[in-house]
Amino acid sequence: MQEEVLTNGYELVYKKPSTLTSKPFHYCPGCGHSVVHRLLMEVVEEKGIQESTIGVAPVGCSVFAYDYMDIDMQEAAHGRASAVATGVKRIHPDKYVFSYQGDGDLAAIGTAETIHTVNRGENILVVFINNAIYGMTGGQMAPTTLLKQVTSTTPYGRTHEQMGYPLRITELLAQLPGAYYVSRHAVHTVNAVRKLKKAIEKSFDYQKLNRGTCFIEVVSNCPSGWKMTPLESNKWLEENMFPSYPLGDIKVPKDK
Amino acid sequence: MIRGTVVIERDICKGCELCIAACPQESLGLSSSININGYRFAELIQDNCTGCVNCALVCPDVAITVYRQPKSAIKKAV
Ligand SMILES: Cc1ncc(C[n+]2csc(CCOP(=O)(O)OP(=O)(O)O)c2C)c(N)n1
Ligand code: SF4
Ligand code: SF4
Ligand code: SF4
Ligand SMILES: [Mg+2]
Repeated sequence: MQEEVLTNGYELVYKKPSTLTSKPFHYCPGCGHSVVHRLLMEVVEEKGIQESTIGVAPVGCSVFAYDYMDIDMQEAAHGRASAVATGVKRIHPDKYVFSYQGDGDLAAIGTAETIHTVNRGENILVVFINNAIYGMTGGQMAPTTLLKQVTSTTPYGRTHEQMGYPLRITELLAQLPGAYYVSRHAVHTVNAVRKLKKAIEKSFDYQKLNRGTCFIEVVSNCPSGWKMTPLESNKWLEENMFPSYPLGDIKVPKDK
Repeated sequence: MIRGTVVIERDICKGCELCIAACPQESLGLSSSININGYRFAELIQDNCTGCVNCALVCPDVAITVYRQPKSAIKKAV
């Protein structure tokens, strides 16, 4: 399928990275999870660090991330991926280590692990997929669910009186001295995809400096949980998620 | 105009239409038939692709391979 040159002489300009396995993604049509998987693996391929990168998978829709990323990976208990990644990095300080986690995983059940990982300034990359919902278990409210957002556990919409406010955990973490680089991205447009890839590249470069935790939030979609088509979900994300979760760098290294 | 083309793996495609929305040339559309998983799949509907890679960058299922005319051919055409 992926010839280098077609019979008409056209040359290959883009193909699936070799660091992704041949297994088709199980994600729903249009889901952002697999775009982030691909970008991580493109960076690993381009940097030639397939043998020296270790990922930690979460519980959530991306629980099978290790089936797709063709690198060494470890599954963690729900919410504990950054704690497991801490252990992996301390045993293998010369490896590139990242955790990959959803909002239920990272900002609900795993809040303590997340905060302490960043507070210790562990030299890992934490990738945080914020789709404002528990996708895997049927679209329940997450800490990041927006006010008025309808989910299966907030059928009349989230209210702050009853359920508190959407948790901007990324801003919270950026205040910790252990956080070295904190940035928020998306994958809903070509430009957003390019920017996220650059942020991942930087984070791998920073990891070599041993100066603290890199944290990348990706404001993503969940067409199934949000009960929308993929195109509708990307529009909803722009109109509703970005005002609460604005894209861009939140903390950039000062000591470079 | 630089010319290119895409090869879309039809049975990997889930018909999400994100590539169709991302294509500046409106080269892509959904098939009328379905693939092995029951999805209508993305396909070229016009011969005007420039090989810009946009569709491949947003495809969640990495179903798209992109090709482009070599630079030497472009010079010749000018
Ligand atoms: C200890 C424990 N509690 C609860 C669950 C049920 N559970 C599985 S996934 C999940 C939430 C997933 O949401 P998120 O992390 O946002 O990932 P998404 O599916 O949205 O990508 C929950 C509560 C579990 N597997 N283990
Ligand atoms: S339930 Fe949501 S997050 Fe999970 S695969 Fe489907 S669209 Fe993606
Ligand atoms: S490569 Fe560019 S022009 Fe060609 S189909 Fe994809 S988005 Fe359209
Ligand atoms: S973006 Fe990918 S999966 Fe979606 S319709 Fe296009 S080729 Fe198919
Ligand atoms: Mg989620």
